[in-house]
Amino acid sequence: MPRRAGAPEVNAGSMADIAFLLLIFFLVTTTIETDAGLDRMLPPMEPPEDDVVIKQKNIFTVNINKNGQLLVEDELTNLKDLRAKAIAFLDNGGSPSGTAEFCNYCKGKRDVNSSDNPGKAIISLKNDRETKYATYITVQNELVAAYNELRNREAQRLYKRDFTELENEYRNPETSSSLKEELKEKVERIQGLFPQKLSEAETSSSN
Amino acid sequence: MSKFNNKKSGDMPPVSTASLPDIVFMLLFFFMTVTVMKSDDLRIENVLPNASEVKKLEKKDRIVYIHIGQPRKEYQEVFGTASRIQVNDKFIAVAEVGSYVLSAIGEKPEALQRLVTIALKVDKNANMGLIDDVKEELRKVNALKINYTTYEGDVFANLK
Repeated sequence: MPRRAGAPEVNAGSMADIAFLLLIFFLVTTTIETDAGLDRMLPPMEPPEDDVVIKQKNIFTVNINKNGQLLVEDELTNLKDLRAKAIAFLDNGGSPSGTAEFCNYCKGKRDVNSSDNPGKAIISLKNDRETKYATYITVQNELVAAYNELRNREAQRLYKRDFTELENEYRNPETSSSLKEELKEKVERIQGLFPQKLSEAETSSSN
Repeated sequence: MSKFNNKKSGDMPPVSTASLPDIVFMLLFFFMTVTVMKSDDLRIENVLPNASEVKKLEKKDRIVYIHIGQPRKEYQEVFGTASRIQVNDKFIAVAEVGSYVLSAIGEKPEALQRLVTIALKVDKNANMGLIDDVKEELRKVNALKINYTTYEGDVFANLK
């Protein structure tokens, strides 16, 4: 008489080993990558309807040639000095006090031949078609750094915190919405003090 | 007598390993869910430049990637040494960038379509000419939010 004793029990002793094997496989193949980079907005295709006349002194021209050399305001400049020059230009505040365009938070030299106020100051970046991408990114980075440095200064003055820190918290999806509202106001105020006006002209062909 | 001694002098009771598989499985599932298998195999050199003022690209569901760089050594015989644009597994011409971006945006859920960022992963030795052409194409299709993807690090290391 065959006895039915149910299915024999499967030995589960090796389960841990199998699981370990899989675990190690996934551990090795995992790359938890978050990309980071410089955010930029491209100008829209349609030209603005009214042509605004911009005074030459409010434009800070940066030219990169194909060898990676920099011409800043018609002066050959080392890349390392670019940030300081850009800050000096943005923070200049050349309008005389008392006028509507006076910049009361600027700490620059107030040179009448440089930018009137940060709201009017425009940085114009021009590159050659043969410029190396690495050089271009370095220049972009330095210009963004100039803005960030000035914004940090204002944020420290107004809110005792760095602007970059405020912005990161604002962009963090885990921040609660009430805090976000508050942060948004602060971020926008600082951005209003030093608006990022970076224009990129069509590239010149090499010559 | 010796029996008793044996039992009493036995050091610590053995730790139960019965829950070990459970713990391992838990870890396993964690890694299984966070793992992203590399979806496209790059046929180009793609060493990104460094930058210090970076912002993180948070949500992956709203990013369209475009890779630019010189073809890798093993592909150079076929594709030459000039920089190429690669999306998903193929090379495309500059003129096709616009339509590719539009179709990639079209595949995203409708709520996200307005928030799409174009991540440009460009090799640091690429020339700006090609990138300017790509930017021009992006402007034509009104995909204006771009991100120059970089590594985080010292910018002046780029120049060496």
